[in-house]
Amino acid sequence: MMNANKPIIYMDNNATTAIAPEVLEAMLPYLQEYYGNPSSMYDFATHSSSAMKKARGQVAALIGATPEEIVFTSCGTESDSTAIFSALRRYPEKNHIVTTRVEHPAVKNLCDNIENLTGRKYHITHLQVSADGTLDMQQYKDSLTDDTAIVSVMWANNETGVLFPVEEMARIANERGILFHTDAVQAVGKIPINLKETAIDYLALSGHKLHAPKGIGVLYVRKGTPYMPFLSGGHQEQGRRGGTENVASIVALGRACELAVANMQEENTRVRALRDKLENGLLASIPKALLNGHKTMRLPNTANISFEYVEGEAILLHLNQHHICASSGSACTSGSLEPSHVLRAMGVPFTAAHGSIRFSLSPYNTEAEVDTVLEVLPKIIANLRNLSPFWEENS
Amino acid sequence: MWDYTDAVKEHFINPKNVGEIENADGIGNVGSIACGDALRLSIKVENEVITDAKFKTFGCASAIASSSMLTELIKGMKIEDAKNLTNDDIAKALGGLPKEKMHCSVMGREALEAAIADYKGTILPMAQGQVVCDCFGVTDLEIIRAIRENHLTTVEDITNFTKAGGGCGRCLDQLQALLDEQLQEGAGKPVSAPRKVKRMTALEKIKKIEEVIEREIRPTLKMDHGDIQLIDVDGDFVTVALRGSCAGCHSSNATLKGYVEKKLREQVLDTLVVEEDRP
Repeated sequence: MMNANKPIIYMDNNATTAIAPEVLEAMLPYLQEYYGNPSSMYDFATHSSSAMKKARGQVAALIGATPEEIVFTSCGTESDSTAIFSALRRYPEKNHIVTTRVEHPAVKNLCDNIENLTGRKYHITHLQVSADGTLDMQQYKDSLTDDTAIVSVMWANNETGVLFPVEEMARIANERGILFHTDAVQAVGKIPINLKETAIDYLALSGHKLHAPKGIGVLYVRKGTPYMPFLSGGHQEQGRRGGTENVASIVALGRACELAVANMQEENTRVRALRDKLENGLLASIPKALLNGHKTMRLPNTANISFEYVEGEAILLHLNQHHICASSGSACTSGSLEPSHVLRAMGVPFTAAHGSIRFSLSPYNTEAEVDTVLEVLPKIIANLRNLSPFWEENS
Repeated sequence: MWDYTDAVKEHFINPKNVGEIENADGIGNVGSIACGDALRLSIKVENEVITDAKFKTFGCASAIASSSMLTELIKGMKIEDAKNLTNDDIAKALGGLPKEKMHCSVMGREALEAAIADYKGTILPMAQGQVVCDCFGVTDLEIIRAIRENHLTTVEDITNFTKAGGGCGRCLDQLQALLDEQLQEGAGKPVSAPRKVKRMTALEKIKKIEEVIEREIRPTLKMDHGDIQLIDVDGDFVTVALRGSCAGCHSSNATLKGYVEKKLREQVLDTLVVEEDRP
């Protein structure tokens, strides 16, 4: 079915990204010639340790941190767990966590299973979101108590791209002496971030979301913030994370962060314009298509649209026939039998939740690709609606 | 991505027998939009032989492919033979389905049974059990049948075949108990007879209807900013008014028949007919 020679149209960059050619080039020497362990004493290993040092500076520069505040981890999930457990262990007398109903599973499932993981009970506040996916700041303020150990709120939602005002939220938490963590895996590289000017204590990011390889992440830990290693072991990362460093991937992430700084303008102009063209075109040409998420308080690359009365997996597999890669919040694609917890929290009706499609772009997308999607998707939706027992009653 | 067979892909991309038969002799509606998949099967019957079958399906690739294959299998089949068609027959004809998608073949079999029952004017026995999974409205009899017919050995299997337990997960212990019971008993007992015959007074019936509307139906409709009010119960005829965004909503008929009636039939009495109060 799939013509292997035809290039794919990749619009699933919130899932993962292509490794940038510049990034691959930067990391290859550390997979080939410079394989030394950065902890070793001889000159040969210095190649590795100095490359890591450079990368740490590149990561810090992208998010407005200092190099000492960067801890390399294996992924965003490890970073999230490290941050949250650090805060909980620092304040063993506190029993309350504030988070949202729309977090990524890395935080959501950690909080859901916190009793099994820590052996003690926590009270968890899940902040509600409104129909456009935004938070109620009054509910947030009211949720904070002297018993709150940590607030963990994502910077940008992976499904809708909706941005939360984490800078303001961190300031409010900070005034109450409460630690603030943000899962910024989707935000880093897509919007300008300057942690120096915020009160954010912990921030998680992931390499493969910004054109570096999978298997490398970062936890930013503000200087002076409580910290407990998640992996005990050697003295790597100044004793903050045991385990021999993933040197090549760290180098790659550094280079990817440098590229992200250079591409920030493009992401917020050309990529945004492509996203808007795609989104507006689909909403205009397909009846009963609804935008999920706030129209403007959103990442520049993400469009999440529901097509009522059709099911997401079926749409994705038809797009696949045209070599177009996207994702869906439908039950059949979520790995469970219920549609996306994010869309359900927003109160998206079932008629629409099962038919949601997320397009997430990158600087590698072209206008011609957007035009192709605009051409094929209306026909796919019409065909599937022709099959749907709910459509004629509603058309 | 799922590992679908070529037959599944083919029936998904180019489904056969799409549509509805005018003046059909039997129609089977199963599933609901809330559950994520639904199938409407219509059949034409002459001399006890299915001469034509068409479907409309809302659902994923395997749901569409299972529906398409179902119509291909039953065209030209005697009603008596069609009655014995199993979900496994549908899955096998497709060269197999991923285990998480077996419920799609079960939906096909259920639609066929419903269409035949509609043609015969009889009532399906499966809906007479006790609802175990509230999220997907699955009864104990449906679960027991799936366990026996497909030789299921884990709770995960039950979810894959019936969806039961795939929502909030509150019924998982009950599923385990049903499974243990079946594994101990082994095959042999017929699954058709309901465990206890329900005889309700009119008052009990009204109370039960009210209870199901309050506990399940209203909260679900409210998620879609709609609401429902019970107006009258006359024998098996239940009159309701749809409020909020449900009132005048184009899909109100689907909600009424596909959801409200289905829920009430499952949980109160399988002969109930729900009608909308139109001023």
